[in-house]
Amino acid sequence: MSNIIDIDQVRHIGVLSRIELSDEEASQLPAQLGAIVEYFGKLNELDTDGVEPMAHAVGTHNVLAEDSPGESLSPDDALANAPARDGDFFMVPKVIGDS
Amino acid sequence: MPSIVELTAVQLAEAIASGEVSASEALEAYLERIETIEPRVCAFNEVLADQAKTAAANVDAARSTGEALGPLAGVPIAVKDNMCTAYGKTTCSSKILADFKAPYTATAVDKLQAAGAVIIGKTNLDEFAMGSSTENSATKTTRNPWDLDRVPGGSSGGSGACVSARMAAAALGSDTGGSIRQPAAFCGVVGLKPTYGRVSRYGLVAYGSSLDQIGPMTVDAPDAALLTTVISGHDPHDSTSADRPIEDYLAEVETPIENLRIGLPDEFFADALDPEIAQIITKAADACKDAGAKIVSVALPHSRIDSGSEGNLSSYAVACYYIVAMSEASSNLARYDGVHYGHRTEQDVDGIVELFSRSRAEGFGPEVKRRIMLGTYTLSSGYYDAYYNKALKVRRLIKNDFDRAFEQCDVLLCPASPTTAFGIGEKTADPLTMYLADIYTISVNLAGLPGVSIPAGFDAAGMPVGMQLIGPEFSESKLLRAARMYEKLSGVTHLIPKIARA
Repeated sequence: MSNIIDIDQVRHIGVLSRIELSDEEASQLPAQLGAIVEYFGKLNELDTDGVEPMAHAVGTHNVLAEDSPGESLSPDDALANAPARDGDFFMVPKVIGDS
Repeated sequence: MPSIVELTAVQLAEAIASGEVSASEALEAYLERIETIEPRVCAFNEVLADQAKTAAANVDAARSTGEALGPLAGVPIAVKDNMCTAYGKTTCSSKILADFKAPYTATAVDKLQAAGAVIIGKTNLDEFAMGSSTENSATKTTRNPWDLDRVPGGSSGGSGACVSARMAAAALGSDTGGSIRQPAAFCGVVGLKPTYGRVSRYGLVAYGSSLDQIGPMTVDAPDAALLTTVISGHDPHDSTSADRPIEDYLAEVETPIENLRIGLPDEFFADALDPEIAQIITKAADACKDAGAKIVSVALPHSRIDSGSEGNLSSYAVACYYIVAMSEASSNLARYDGVHYGHRTEQDVDGIVELFSRSRAEGFGPEVKRRIMLGTYTLSSGYYDAYYNKALKVRRLIKNDFDRAFEQCDVLLCPASPTTAFGIGEKTADPLTMYLADIYTISVNLAGLPGVSIPAGFDAAGMPVGMQLIGPEFSESKLLRAARMYEKLSGVTHLIPKIARA
């Protein structure tokens, strides 16, 4: 059983991930996540001083498009899967004014 | 003439083009197979029978008026359900997208359609492509056509099972850490992951954006060649797609490679490899040698596999891969928040954050939640350098190993998976055990290289064993030619499980 991640950290990660955790999940996750994070630690065996990080395999960077108007989704297409809709708007619970 | 479903996709396309078979007849044959076999294999999330019939009728109409037909005209092809289609649903086998109808079609699927292919259905996968057995699907359990009590592999298990059981002439899968190659090995079919950037990712629901690629799952190398050509090409909608000309892989696939040099990575043949698989792969290498290829030993030090603690294999590449993939996934899956599409909680919520958190809690399965949380952790303040940045440096070292190896050989040959298809439920208790199913495939995604899994034989239980060929970037032609050389040499190709025999 690893102590790398405790239940408080798990709850904190849940908040950052925007995933509500049940008590059962919160109690099981420290062991599950901890074992995996411990496995990640294996990379510390490797000397990577001076090695350039590789984010992806593509040779290109900063691929830019022409700044010209083109086709895009119609409001109806964009709203077709909306759980709640009000005309051309996505409807959500009140955002402003909450702590 | 053999039964329609026993033809390869290339042969079927030729039969339709010549008028020997109509597209409607071909589709009918496949729909009949689906009716008989699908209840037992469960490869499809959705069969698109009506739409497919219309598409087939259009091909027949075009043919009768003498219109030019595309290279896949009338060929029924299945598509993994993490590729957007403007018809049917795109669920990613997740509750959070259970009713999602995409407003556009993925470029790769669009290209298949433009070539005349008939899209027959959307196949099952591990939820959001996260898994190695398709058991993480929130929709259903897909079974291996060679043994219904075993998994088809994952995450493209539905596509692999579909092609293996002849419920489609070919299928598209996606591969982030082996998700085309490993199910191909488990199901006894060919599965190719192209070079990163060879095929557009536009419309492929993102899991690990620097790792994901769409690729074909087929009964043989020529079919894979044709499909890869059709789906490749630069796409202005995908800024990571390579601006390189499309190659005609089918035209070259039957031409053997003179003086082929095959590299065997020492690290992949260590004690950790199942002896039965090791024997089959080594025999395959010997057969290539007898046929004139030169076999050389190469080193991939950072892809080393050791027997670690608690019976788990230890591998830098696996650690590196999961840090990168989970980090990217945590970012990519942030969009599923119940606001614009997908599942929204019906419970009362106290503000917008609770809307996000509860919708996601209800909609995501346990493995997806684990990966998002791990990825959030590895990217979070205080841990970013130790994990994510460290992993990116190890990634560079892994890539460098491959570059060095390819100075001595044309292609690498190694196992596709440490085991053959395991039993349903056998590896679900411990996530880490499942991650280690990917040891031979993940380095290839990290390096952005092309890799193909082809059948190499069977184990004592009659389950297919896959062998993997890996090439330098954009060497799909060489890979497919080498694969074809082996198919002709060994006769191990176009395998048909008992369940699929007419």
